[in-house]
Amino acid sequence: MSNVTLKVNGTTHTLDIDPSTPLLYILRNDLNLRGPRFGCGLGQCGACTVIINGVATRSCITPTSSVKSEITTLEGLAKGGKLHPIQQAWIDEQVPQCGFCQNGQIMTAKALLDKTPHPTDTQIRESMAKTLCRCMTYYRVQLAIKRAAKAIAGLGSSSNKEVVA
Amino acid sequence: MTPFTNIPKQVEEMLEKWNGTNSRRTFLKSSGLLVVSLSASPLIAMAATQAAPRQAPGSGGPYPDPDFRQLDSWIVIHEDNTATFYVGKTDCGQGTGTAFRQMMSDELDIPYDKTTCIMGVTDITVDQGGSGGSDAIQVDGWPMRRVAAEARRVLLEMASKRFEAPVDQLTVRDGVITVKTDPSKKVTYGELIGGKRFNVTLTGNNIDATTGVAKVKPVQDLKMVGQSPKRYDIPAKVDGSLMWAVDVKLPGMVHARNVKPPIAGAKLVNIDESSVRSIPGFIKVVSKGNYVAVVCEREEQAIAAAKQLRVNWEKPATPPFPASEDLFKYMRSATPTSSGRPTVTGNPEAAFAGAAKVIEADYEVPFQGHTAISPAHEMADPSNGQMTIYSNDMKSYGLRTGVAQFLEIPRDRVRVLWMEGPQAYGRTAADDAGFEAAYLAKEIGRPVRVQWMRNEETAWDTKGPAFTVKMRGGLDAQGNLTALDYEARAADYNHLGYNEPDTVLIAQLMGKRRATPAPGGAATPTDMYTIPNKRLTGHVVSLPVVWETPLRTGNLRDPNGPQSTFASESFIDELAAAAKVDPVEFRLKLLTASKEDNNAFLRARSIACVKAAAEAFGWDTRPSPKPRGNGNILTGRGIAYTYRSQTVVAEIAEVEVNRKTGHVWVKRLVCAHDCGLVINPEALRRTCEGGMLHSLSRTLHEEVKFDTEKVTSENWISHPSLTHLDTPARIDVVLVNGDPNPNRPDLPHYGAGETVCKPTLAAVANAIYDATGVRLRRVPFRDERVLTALKAANVV
Repeated sequence: MSNVTLKVNGTTHTLDIDPSTPLLYILRNDLNLRGPRFGCGLGQCGACTVIINGVATRSCITPTSSVKSEITTLEGLAKGGKLHPIQQAWIDEQVPQCGFCQNGQIMTAKALLDKTPHPTDTQIRESMAKTLCRCMTYYRVQLAIKRAAKAIAGLGSSSNKEVVA
Repeated sequence: MTPFTNIPKQVEEMLEKWNGTNSRRTFLKSSGLLVVSLSASPLIAMAATQAAPRQAPGSGGPYPDPDFRQLDSWIVIHEDNTATFYVGKTDCGQGTGTAFRQMMSDELDIPYDKTTCIMGVTDITVDQGGSGGSDAIQVDGWPMRRVAAEARRVLLEMASKRFEAPVDQLTVRDGVITVKTDPSKKVTYGELIGGKRFNVTLTGNNIDATTGVAKVKPVQDLKMVGQSPKRYDIPAKVDGSLMWAVDVKLPGMVHARNVKPPIAGAKLVNIDESSVRSIPGFIKVVSKGNYVAVVCEREEQAIAAAKQLRVNWEKPATPPFPASEDLFKYMRSATPTSSGRPTVTGNPEAAFAGAAKVIEADYEVPFQGHTAISPAHEMADPSNGQMTIYSNDMKSYGLRTGVAQFLEIPRDRVRVLWMEGPQAYGRTAADDAGFEAAYLAKEIGRPVRVQWMRNEETAWDTKGPAFTVKMRGGLDAQGNLTALDYEARAADYNHLGYNEPDTVLIAQLMGKRRATPAPGGAATPTDMYTIPNKRLTGHVVSLPVVWETPLRTGNLRDPNGPQSTFASESFIDELAAAAKVDPVEFRLKLLTASKEDNNAFLRARSIACVKAAAEAFGWDTRPSPKPRGNGNILTGRGIAYTYRSQTVVAEIAEVEVNRKTGHVWVKRLVCAHDCGLVINPEALRRTCEGGMLHSLSRTLHEEVKFDTEKVTSENWISHPSLTHLDTPARIDVVLVNGDPNPNRPDLPHYGAGETVCKPTLAAVANAIYDATGVRLRRVPFRDERVLTALKAANVV
């Protein structure tokens, strides 16, 4: 056990833990976060995804000691009590069935849209390919990503809105 | 968060209420309904994260069975004119809670957004059995509608007394009762009964039959039913705030992991506990019979200890099962353990003898896993001599009874709080982890959270049974189907679909097992085809090892409908092709060959669905296969149809087959779905989409592989699943009302969920045949299997 400092969703925490512990267990059990979830512990399904340095990262196979930058979890997407446009798109599209995997779907989509604001269908499929859903909500996830991309583009150009006839 | 408009955190809310003011707890207590303490320490501890605890730890039981014959068990109306509905079902992610609120608020005449719904908590919701059989709306919706109607009736009577006006002189809207002739005279439900009990006794021989005096409304008077309010559970699922069963934390809790036998049927020889004593946080190895678990203070410690623990096992004398590549050969040659009585129409053998053409085909479906996105998990708290289980068990009531029997503690000292969890579509009906958590908690004397690891879950969860089906069909000289023979064999000898204390895995491993297993069935197809001579037979076969096996079977989203329908609906297409008739026309001819219908109008509704699917797809009438194209990508379309209980489905798949790689992409899916009265169309559409894609995963990818000792499919690489790459570009769900009197005021609401899972396999197989002229009779259609078949037929 030793002291490890982690910055998560804007808050810095110092924890006395075994630094080789996968980040997932620290986030869930020491910081009581519910967004990242255990699905496989093998980095295969994506349920544990968090964002570090803009990269969708599988926290179940990330040693806590290796994390040097701020971690964003599902809980950190909403700002000022307002849902992130991706989260809103997920509600508008009514994406989840059980919803357990949706942390991975949303966080992977967030990393995609941050890097590629206007993804093609192929880019969406390929970027999301390793994020599994056993309720098979893929069809709605893809529609929600497109919806979110439009919403984000709308936000960005709000000072110079296109006039649509 | 605003209460009653957005209440996703079901259990958190409930706990908050128990602890807070104006709560059901306070209400029940003040009204004298509360007969037991609800304030066992863990609840307080858990609620402490939400609200300051107000009660000292209680006595820990006994926990009552809410009396279904009391209106107060179902509906509580609060002083602020809001209502809470208590229902004994669980929501597996299809939005049934939202649907119940729609139905009940309509009958009660209270705004939907002034209601909430608490589900599946054994000591505060009546035992409606939890989930199963896609029957929540079809069966349980009725008592819910009736009790809500009864509450409305009682409230009108109360208002009648208050205003000294006959009931027929009153109107009710949005929870406010007004005297028609004097609108200044009005009273809210909350003013009439908020904070008080109804004290109304209901009747009915069982929970499903629960009723008051009031009648339910005609369909035409339902306002929320048929609309699509957004599911109330979704916001907290996308912002990370929902407390799932995996998230429950209790003071003093510890973590456990199982150590499974490395070979099915292996016997425990000894455990070297010294191999893990040095692990920080190590508490104990718990072992009985062949069940082994390690318990540690922290989760990662338990994971490490389970990996590191040295256990000696003795290999079984004979192999527990054949290797997966020999499975079907084994199943065909095995002596059945039981055979269903054949269902015979006409004289099939004479008809086959007189047929102009007889066609035979064998179909095969391997074992397929539930493989939930999260492995099994549960938390059990043994404080104060009681047992509280925080569970995602879809059948929480069965878990309560099963655990009480398993641990030999009084049933009234056990309760199960249903919470949201990863869906596995039948897996949690036999909730191994719930029994394990309770057993370990009793042994350790502290709250125990147990979770399976991925390899354990994929290898050792219950399986959908493997099927082989032999089909035979006879056509006359005009291409009419005159005889059909369906004979199935299912590897389903020890079917463990329920929370039984002598069949769950921990009981098996401990040797607490029943003398005779309960076999599942080898299902026969369900359709409304009129075939003059027909025989349907099902046999059950057993693998060599019956108990303590990762190939034990359970309820996987229609326990055996996808298997039987794959055979029957693929074969109908084979017969249509042999008769050189369009597949839709061939089916419609069989469906319209009789006018006779049943009281659910399955024939009329089947015809309506097949036609609606064809129309929505833009079906081009011609026999299959179509003339083969020249490019690398071959395209085709296929249909399949079936019903389950009273719900009818026809599905059409459009495929692209890459003849160079064998890769199949289902580009489009169309589903025509008739489940009678639809409560929430948008939620139903998504349920159908998910169900079809789940079966598409079983069609294209899923197969449990094993050698002669163990299951070798144990993660998402060795047991692949559908991914975003496989997703169809377009899915159309057409909601059909094929009732001969579609506007009747008593149009029933049937179930949805599992029916759509049945036809997908055959629809895809039929589309691949249409595209390539190659008939695939063995799922899954992984690239290499398809490519091999294409090569054999010189399509490549």
